[in-house]
This record gives sequence, C-alpha cells and structure tokens, in this order.
Amino acid sequence: MEAVVDELPVILGAFWLTVKLTVVSGVISLIWGIVLAAMRVSPLPVLRGAGALYVNVLRNTPLTLIIVFCGLGLGTVMNVQFSRDDLSLNSFWLSIIGLSAYTSAFVCEVVRSGINTVPLGQAEAARAIGLTFLQTLRLVILPQAVRTVIAPLGSLLNALVKNTTVAAAIGVMEAALRMKNLFDAHGDAIIPIFLGFAAGFVVLTLPMNLLSGRLARRLAVVR
Amino acid sequence: MTEISGSDPLVRLEGVNKHFGPLHVLRDIDLSVGRGEVVVVIGPSGSGKSTLCRVINRLETIDTGTIVFDGRELPAEGRALARLRSEVGMVFQSFNLFSHKTILENVTLGPTRVRKVSRQQAEQRGMELLERVGIASQAGKYPAQLSGGQQQRAAIARALAMDPKMILFDEPTSALDPEMVQEVLDVMTGLAKDGMTMMVVTHEMGFARRAANRIVFMADGQIVEEGSPSEFFTQPSTERARDFLSKILTH
Repeated sequence: MEAVVDELPVILGAFWLTVKLTVVSGVISLIWGIVLAAMRVSPLPVLRGAGALYVNVLRNTPLTLIIVFCGLGLGTVMNVQFSRDDLSLNSFWLSIIGLSAYTSAFVCEVVRSGINTVPLGQAEAARAIGLTFLQTLRLVILPQAVRTVIAPLGSLLNALVKNTTVAAAIGVMEAALRMKNLFDAHGDAIIPIFLGFAAGFVVLTLPMNLLSGRLARRLAVVR
Repeated sequence: MTEISGSDPLVRLEGVNKHFGPLHVLRDIDLSVGRGEVVVVIGPSGSGKSTLCRVINRLETIDTGTIVFDGRELPAEGRALARLRSEVGMVFQSFNLFSHKTILENVTLGPTRVRKVSRQQAEQRGMELLERVGIASQAGKYPAQLSGGQQQRAAIARALAMDPKMILFDEPTSALDPEMVQEVLDVMTGLAKDGMTMMVVTHEMGFARRAANRIVFMADGQIVEEGSPSEFFTQPSTERARDFLSKILTH
C-alpha cells in the first residue's frame, strides 16, 4: 500500500496520459467513424465500397498489430514524425493514429446501425423539401441515428479507455506500461500496485457508463 | 372547369412507364395538371396511384417517358433535383415529421436551409402557417406529442413554408383516426379554394366531389377514366369505374 501512496504522482501522471489518449482518439474516431458511416450509405458505389473495405480490414485486424504497424511501419520505416527530439510525443501521436483508425471502424458500424433505425420516411420528407443528400444526412438522419446509439457508443468509449493500454507496445508510458515498470521497482508490492491501477481504470470507466446511460435516456427520439 | 389545364400545364407526364421488378405499376401514363387545378386520383389499392404521385417529385424514378414540371424536364439528380423538390410540396400518409425537431423547427428547416431565409423571418412565417392550419399553440412540441390530425396539419404547414408551386398529397388521411380526418380535409379544402395546385391521392370521396376540378381514376397502373367530379360520380363511362364506385359508395 505504501508503494502506491509513494508513487501516486507517477501513477496519476500515467493515468493522465491514458485520459489524453482516450479523449483525443475518441474525438477523432467519432468524427472519422461518422464520415465512414456516411460513405457506407452514400449513393456512390465507389464510396460505399471504400467504406466497407476500410471497416472490414480494420475491424478484423488485432489492435496490437495496428499499433505496432503505426509505431514501426509509419514511425520507423516511413519516418512519420510529429516531433524531432521528443520520442515519447512521437509514439503518443502514432498510437493515436492506430487507436483512431481501429476504433472508427466500430463507430462506423454502430452509427450505421443507428441510421438503419431511422424510418425511410424521414429521408423522403427531407428530400421532398429540397434538402440535398448531405443536408438530409447531417440535419435529419444523423442526429436521430446518433441519439439512438449513444449507449453502444458509450461501450465503445469504455473499450477505448482499456484499449489505450495497447499503446504500451510502442513505448507510450500510459497506465499499463507504468504499472509494469512499478512492478520492477517494487517487487514486494505487486498486488497493491495492481489493485491501485485496476481501481484507476474503474474510476475512469464507471462514470462514463453511467453518463452514457443517462444521456441515452434523455436524448431518446420519441416516435 | 377543365379549361384551367389549358395551354401551359404545370405538370405534364407523357408515356410514363414504371416497373417494380416484374410488376408494371405505371403503364403509358399521359396526364397534365394545370396551374391552380386540383386533381384527385382515386382507384383500388395497388393501382399505382401513390407511385404516380411520387414520380412527380422523383421520389420514384421512371423507366420510360417524360415528366415536365413548370416547363422543364425533371432533373435526374443533384442540386437541380433538390431545387425542383423544393418547389413541389409533399404530404405523406405517415406524416413523416422530423421526430427530433419541434413542430416550428419542422416548418422552418426548409426555408432556412434550402431558401436561406433568416431564422427570424422563417419563424415568423412558420407561426403564420401554423396559425393557418390551426396548431400555432403546439409550435414548441415534438411530433410524437401531437395527435395524428395535428401532425398531418403540421406536415401541410411544412410543405407550405416552401411556397411550393404545387403540393402532392399521398393518401393524407389514410393513417388517421376517423374523427381526425375532417380537420385535415378542411385545411386541404381551404388550400384548394385559395388556388393551390394540388394532386391528391385519396379514398375520401366527399373531398373528391367537393374540392376536385378533375377526377383521375386509375386501375392496374393505367388511367382508366378522367373527368369532372359530377360526371365521374354520377355517370362513370367505364365498367371498371362503375364497379369501383359501387363498392365504395354503398356504405
């Protein structure tokens, strides 16, 4: 227990990195996922095909592979750099690319299932008053679709919090990697340290679940 | 009254054919609707009435033939099609009000987003229209909080807000409880009196007699007979129409 208290600033710092990874890749995934969903319901076969291909490749590849590809493939081989001298900043952004690329595929499918719950008549009415395809999607379909899938989007965010630990694979010092390091330093306090980190994740995810449940109920579209 | 559809009709369909898979839903349709004319389309279910209504703003595409609206052939897609649709109002059987928006927002969405009218102006006009259809007091509510009749009147206000050259009504009262049919028909009769060009697919024969300039009777995807309401209801010229009328007018 002492070890946990002593290392508290370090632990909190690691969780702060976890939060940053979650928030940044969460926002990117949401936006990119909605764009992908729009592609998958668009009238253009090329866009539909590209969207389907992306989703099926990314959704069926293990996250670890994607993150390692981002670190080694993008970072080392293709020399994608976000900072010349700060290596940790580099791997931070590379892992965000990986997390967002992966999570957005799931966001896309959740949003698309939400789109399917919106009755066809809504789109017809929107087109009948002269809205273009994009306006129909943006003003009528997506607002209703997203409201119906807030709860599953909350689950994705919950999964994302825990998936950020995979960034450890390319050396991002988030909570999981920090925990492993602390094990090395405090071999006698493995269980307390483990419990401390586990509690940290629960503190992050539990309120999120409650919030998304409440939001889903409040924003539900009544038909 | 048929003089209205004289030299320059608002809508002209020529040789229009449409299939749903093996089903030939529209067969060689030729039809014109004059400016200010009220055309009521009746016929047994499955006769292609709704499809006829929906091809005019291209919610359904056609296989062959031409449709000319206000002197121009219907655009195939894109912004030109959206512009055309903004000039043709449509009222659906199932209302199709935007569920996530209030009644007033339903009415102002088109004007602000398509016509780029200012919000304030659109809301002022929207309230006038809601007043006209008798539901101004419901402006801040969501569609699900209104009765069917109120929702349909809101849908009519939404169509009117675009200042359309014509309004298509696709069985506007078929989904309503019987006691709410009249309030919607009253609004429609008012529009007809004010000179709105209308095409109405309906089973309401009372409305057809009262408000129509012309009755179009369809069966099996074809226009079987057309004429003034008095002609059609008192002395239909085809066996098919006589048969249909005998079935619906006896009760």
